Amino acid sequence: MTAISPTEQAASRATSIVAAEAQARARLRKRHALVIALRLAILIAFLSLWELGADYNIIDPFFFSSPSGIWEQIWSWVTEGTSQGPLWQQIYVTLEETFLGFAIGAVGGIVAGIILGRNKLLADVFSIYIKIANSVPRVVLGSVFIIALGLGMASKVALAVVMVFFVVFANAFQGVREADRAMIANAQILGASPMQITTSVIIPSAMSWILASLHVSFGFALVGAVVGEFLGAKQGMGLLISTAQGAFNANGVFAAMIILAVMALVVEFLITRFENYVVKWRPAPFNEQGT
Amino acid sequence: MQSQTMAAEKLSPAAPPADAAIAIDDVTLRFVTPDGHMMTAIRDFTMTVARGEFACVVGPTGCGKSTTLNLVTGLLRPTTGNVRVMGNPVTDISRDIGFVFQADALFPWRSVIDNVAAGPLFRGTPKQEAYDKARDWIGRVGLSRFEKHYPHQLSGGMRKRVALAQTFINQPKILLMDEPFSALDMQTRTAMQDELLGLWSGLKSSVVFVTHDLEEAVALADKVYVLTAGPGTVKSVYRIDLPRPRVMADIRYDPKFIEIAKVIWNDLREEVQLGQSRGLQTGH
Ligand SMILES: Nc1ncnc2c1ncn2[C@@H]1O[C@H](COP(=O)(O)OP(=O)(O)O)[C@@H](O)[C@H]1O
Ligand SMILES: [Mg+2]
Repeated sequence: MTAISPTEQAASRATSIVAAEAQARARLRKRHALVIALRLAILIAFLSLWELGADYNIIDPFFFSSPSGIWEQIWSWVTEGTSQGPLWQQIYVTLEETFLGFAIGAVGGIVAGIILGRNKLLADVFSIYIKIANSVPRVVLGSVFIIALGLGMASKVALAVVMVFFVVFANAFQGVREADRAMIANAQILGASPMQITTSVIIPSAMSWILASLHVSFGFALVGAVVGEFLGAKQGMGLLISTAQGAFNANGVFAAMIILAVMALVVEFLITRFENYVVKWRPAPFNEQGT
Repeated sequence: MQSQTMAAEKLSPAAPPADAAIAIDDVTLRFVTPDGHMMTAIRDFTMTVARGEFACVVGPTGCGKSTTLNLVTGLLRPTTGNVRVMGNPVTDISRDIGFVFQADALFPWRSVIDNVAAGPLFRGTPKQEAYDKARDWIGRVGLSRFEKHYPHQLSGGMRKRVALAQTFINQPKILLMDEPFSALDMQTRTAMQDELLGLWSGLKSSVVFVTHDLEEAVALADKVYVLTAGPGTVKSVYRIDLPRPRVMADIRYDPKFIEIAKVIWNDLREEVQLGQSRGLQTGH
């Protein structure tokens, strides 16, 4: 038996901790790689089964398309343009309508939510009308807007606005109502004017509610724009879908759908970045390393 | 009756003199409950705090301590009677008042320095000056290393220090505190009490400090108000003649302190028991 001096012991303990940490990190990396590999495997399996099913006519490609058919369609849109003009222009038009509608609806929703949230009387009076307006199926309004505003951009923007407005309004209103009373009283006593209370207490505390609604409602704005185009338009992704549908071109419908999904994902990613930037004061969630 | 040699001299409630920092004169306050009934929170309440005096208010839960403070801020108006601050009737939220809350009232989206600078910024102090002042006050509460931290990154005691700096930076002539340290552990609370007395001796504001902890009240105060169970009114007032400066960690073993605490506790006990039995009846 040999005696181990305390310093030696400490040193060996330190190296074993370093080793254990390295091991744990390697395990995490391995797991991460496994998750990604499995995701890819599922995607490939899904696409191959679809493709094979279409080749052997188990899945009728006339109705359900096929990955290669969709890819050819997208490629031809990219290289030769669509029947309504270049593909990028369709994307641009739809995005423009979506963003305009999203911006107007979100700003309107936030402003209305804050005003009603801060004023009990207005809230009590208007809540009934907002409930009624909110219960109207929004897509039906699309027809109204097209009759009233024509086939141009305005009708799509209007539909996107109403899709976004109510979601953002409801969240902004709730966020304002949840603002902590002690915090408001604190600001008041520190010397804040009503306007300063709104800008430096109410809006920041409603911010996480508002941002949550922005996430969801961008998707709604896109739906509003596309449905608006679907109902009647001269350009845009919605028109592309409706034309493809009219020609029984399943490849076209699926291809447009995939392009829309990619658009939505890219913007969703940007909104998440913005959200992380704006609410950096929040404690990190426990599952931060989860994904 | 207490002998005059004792440190706790029982005072007779009298009409407040005109030059008092805070004068609550025969105030009754009733709330209208949401179902339209009237509910008396405090009744026939008279209280005076002289300039530079440290007054503590003790009483059972729900007896109207927070209500009393809100009368002084102007966030609540008396139903009858009147409230004067620095000789003037309370009409609006006065710039002379500072308030430390029981709950965390810091702005979680602002860093420590932005929280402390909030008061001067709200009041229109130029940015540079406000931040210089804030840095100074953060230094005084010993948090210079944490200027850029957000409240959620601080311990409960550190957050209370920020709250003190945030309040003291406005140099309030009147300082109101509503059970500010009740959520802290024993050691942290003692440290915060010392911190408070240090800051207060520099500023000499008039303080109303609400607590349900009698020992805290006796340790800090020049004067202790004991309230009755709700609807609250002043049951008795004691002058605490313990010498200053006081050291919180030691004062609780001072025989004089223990004697005073005992005398006042005899007074408070019935009210606490009454408050508790009522609480049981109404399901609180
Ligand atoms: N805004 C309010 N509306 C109705 N009743 C209230 C309101 N605020 C306080 N009360 C009632 O007034 C009484 C005193 O409350 P409070 O001053 O908060 O007591 P304490 O601070 O001593 O615990 C309590 O019974 C409470 O329920
Ligand atoms: Mg209270």
